[in-house]
Amino acid sequence: MTAQLVVFYLLAGVTVLSSLGVVLSRNVVHAAFMLLLVLLSVAGIFLVAVAEFLALAQILIYGGAVTVVVLFAIMLTRNDDQPRADHSQRPLALLAAAGTFGLLVVAFVASDIATLDETTDAGSGGESAFEALGTGLFTDWAIPFELASLVLLVALIGAIMLARSAEDGE
Amino acid sequence: MLELVHFQILSAAIFSIGIFGVLVRRSAVMVLISIELMLNAVNVNLVGLAAFVDRPADERVFGQILVVFIITIAAAEIGLALAIVLRVFRNRGSANVDDLNLMKW
Repeated sequence: MTAQLVVFYLLAGVTVLSSLGVVLSRNVVHAAFMLLLVLLSVAGIFLVAVAEFLALAQILIYGGAVTVVVLFAIMLTRNDDQPRADHSQRPLALLAAAGTFGLLVVAFVASDIATLDETTDAGSGGESAFEALGTGLFTDWAIPFELASLVLLVALIGAIMLARSAEDGE
Repeated sequence: MLELVHFQILSAAIFSIGIFGVLVRRSAVMVLISIELMLNAVNVNLVGLAAFVDRPADERVFGQILVVFIITIAAAEIGLALAIVLRVFRNRGSANVDDLNLMKW
């Protein structure tokens, strides 16, 4: 039980530090690799919370696909990295972020959601969370699930239409 | 002992760091990366709730199902948004959000 807590704190520390690295680093490529670190440690936190499937999906989709797409975008739009007007907004942004953090923490601490004493597998009875997730996705949530695939298809076609250059069109 | 509030505070921390990034960074790609951070913060919160909330198990898995949808929409969003950024960069020679003031009143 304490080992679980130690692992959580370790992963949480890595996550918060590398998120700070993402928003503070001057180099955009460094920020993208910091993002990869954030995404992987969040996958570890999913494992601590017994969400194996989501940890796998996180590594595959975020750690793999999203990071590569972001790196490609950085490569293709590479320009003046140095943020010029960076500093004028910094105090206000810090205020907004700190305010949001304080508000959220107060709300979370004040809320009394009935919780379990320890993490248990989210599956019911004998079946694992894996099975419960799959059953849920293909029974109660079948229509949203199919709609999500439609959304992905439309987004993909839209991205291709936007990204190709006008000359090789018609 | 690990509790729900740990997940919630971690989620709040990542979310506010994401807000800071969205407000402070000038490169459009960096703004999108910060939005991904915020989406991940929501996922951490939902997964923590799915693991700890005192509900029947078949209701608790709803939190994880929601995360599946968020990951799907986030993947679609980042692909489409980066295509738009690429287009803007080609047309205007800059992916800096401060330069994109064409529709500013």
